[in-house]
Amino acid sequence: MTVVSRPLSTQLPAAVPARTVLSIRGVRKTYGPVGNRVLALEGISLDVRRGEFLCLVGASGCGKSTLLNLITELDRPSGGEIVIDGRPSLLFQEAALFPWLTAAGNVQLPMKLAKVPRHRRDQQVERLLDLVHLSDFGDKLPHELSGGMRQRVAVARALAQDADILLMDEPFGSLDAMTRDLLHDELERIWRETGVTVLFVTHDVREAVRLGDRIVVLTSRPGRVADEFVVDLPRPRNIASAEVGALAASVTERLRAEVRRHAND
Amino acid sequence: MTERVLRPAGSRLEDEIRGIDNLELPLRPHRARLRAIWSGLWPKLAAIGIFLVMWQLVVLAQLRPAYVLPGPIPVLETLGRELVGERLPLATAITLQRAGIGFGLALVIGTLLGLAIVRSRLLRTAVASLITGLQTMPSIAWFPLAILVFGLNEAAIMFVVVLGAAPSIANGLIAGVDHIPRVLLRAGQVLGARGVARYRYVIFPAALPSFVGGLKQGWAFAWRSLMAGELLVVIAGRPSIGSQLQFAREFSNALGLMAMMIVILAIGIIVDLLVFGTLDRAIRRRWGLLES
Repeated sequence: MTVVSRPLSTQLPAAVPARTVLSIRGVRKTYGPVGNRVLALEGISLDVRRGEFLCLVGASGCGKSTLLNLITELDRPSGGEIVIDGRPSLLFQEAALFPWLTAAGNVQLPMKLAKVPRHRRDQQVERLLDLVHLSDFGDKLPHELSGGMRQRVAVARALAQDADILLMDEPFGSLDAMTRDLLHDELERIWRETGVTVLFVTHDVREAVRLGDRIVVLTSRPGRVADEFVVDLPRPRNIASAEVGALAASVTERLRAEVRRHAND
Repeated sequence: MTERVLRPAGSRLEDEIRGIDNLELPLRPHRARLRAIWSGLWPKLAAIGIFLVMWQLVVLAQLRPAYVLPGPIPVLETLGRELVGERLPLATAITLQRAGIGFGLALVIGTLLGLAIVRSRLLRTAVASLITGLQTMPSIAWFPLAILVFGLNEAAIMFVVVLGAAPSIANGLIAGVDHIPRVLLRAGQVLGARGVARYRYVIFPAALPSFVGGLKQGWAFAWRSLMAGELLVVIAGRPSIGSQLQFAREFSNALGLMAMMIVILAIGIIVDLLVFGTLDRAIRRRWGLLES
């Protein structure tokens, strides 16, 4: 177990339930100078189980990106603690592939940085590109691929880091509906085949219901956990089905209530 | 479609994924290579032709006597004779050697300077704007000082060439690093690029297009500074393109003078197009910034 950050308390973390892979406890994040502080996150607490597909939804200003930055140590919390038992990797809304490297080169880079020997790198690249159905496109440059293909390369690149927790920040937000539907199926398959834990941030409630085991709704300004929904529907789910629609409606109602709360800000 | 892969039908999802991949890739008509080269070449040839015609027309107007302003044909004849002679090839070799050494030094110094400024906020505040200021200083204005300090020799020329080119090269690197998209830096950080590896695998390749732009500009400055230097610093036994130009003027040899100017222009353009132009296009094609 790795303790990522524990700025306020020095005692060892309390016993974490055995299957918890990521535990966020009372995390607070403020920005700006003393006297003019902006509170982004206020006491967020969240446990993610190993192999779980957890979706985070929230209106604007709920601090989703802040939270992901804290989990990946791109930023430090102002209070509370984050305990991670595993290795996270972050995927962005844009695939953020390096334009000077081929698809295979992009997948290979994190292993190069981790000094993985060459022959093992090549094997892994082949396996991962095959996993995302891009075996024939390894020598293509990012600009020669479509948006959906680039996102799959990004998934392969994140897995190449030996990541067992994928943090995804609205990864399909910029794709057309057809591609997005197919990538939902594809991501679900990869998730099943690899047993990876996914923390999936999205604006799209139906997408969250389509994919998640659990949906956590965040409040806005500051971000706090407002509500939690368990998606008890058989997989694979059809994003256009009535069951998905019904649950999406209640999650959306919860989000709207949150937005109304800010009517007089 | 060249990328279509035929395989036994897989699962339904697999087929759908493969189908949408194929549909989303653009269909690119294959363009004949020879034709592409020609379509890039003929406008340039036409421009040169028009220039030569206008030159001839000015000469025919007899604004100046022919021994002062000769037409293109005698000048090109002189150039042809000089090219197979002894002096011009030697002078060109010496000049190109100076250009190579001077530009190489500027490359090293400019890159180190740029790296230092990129890494240190204090240094940036202190000297970044000075470097840009340095570029506006005409290089020929440095020569009196350079000659006083170093004497009439190679060192004086090198000093001014480096001073001319290094700021552009440093600026190209600084601008390149400043304009790296944030998301690529974050991606690098997430993937574990730290310390030297961060520079090697993320920052330097990401800054490369702008760095090559800086090299291109640096070359132009280096070439100009070198020509100015060779006009002023004439070293016995070391003929150079600049010194030949100066001698031609002293002997009122208009034919030789204009032939030499053509050599200067040609070398400048050839290096710019062939070396830096090719590099620039190769990088932009790789990044997908250029329709090939």
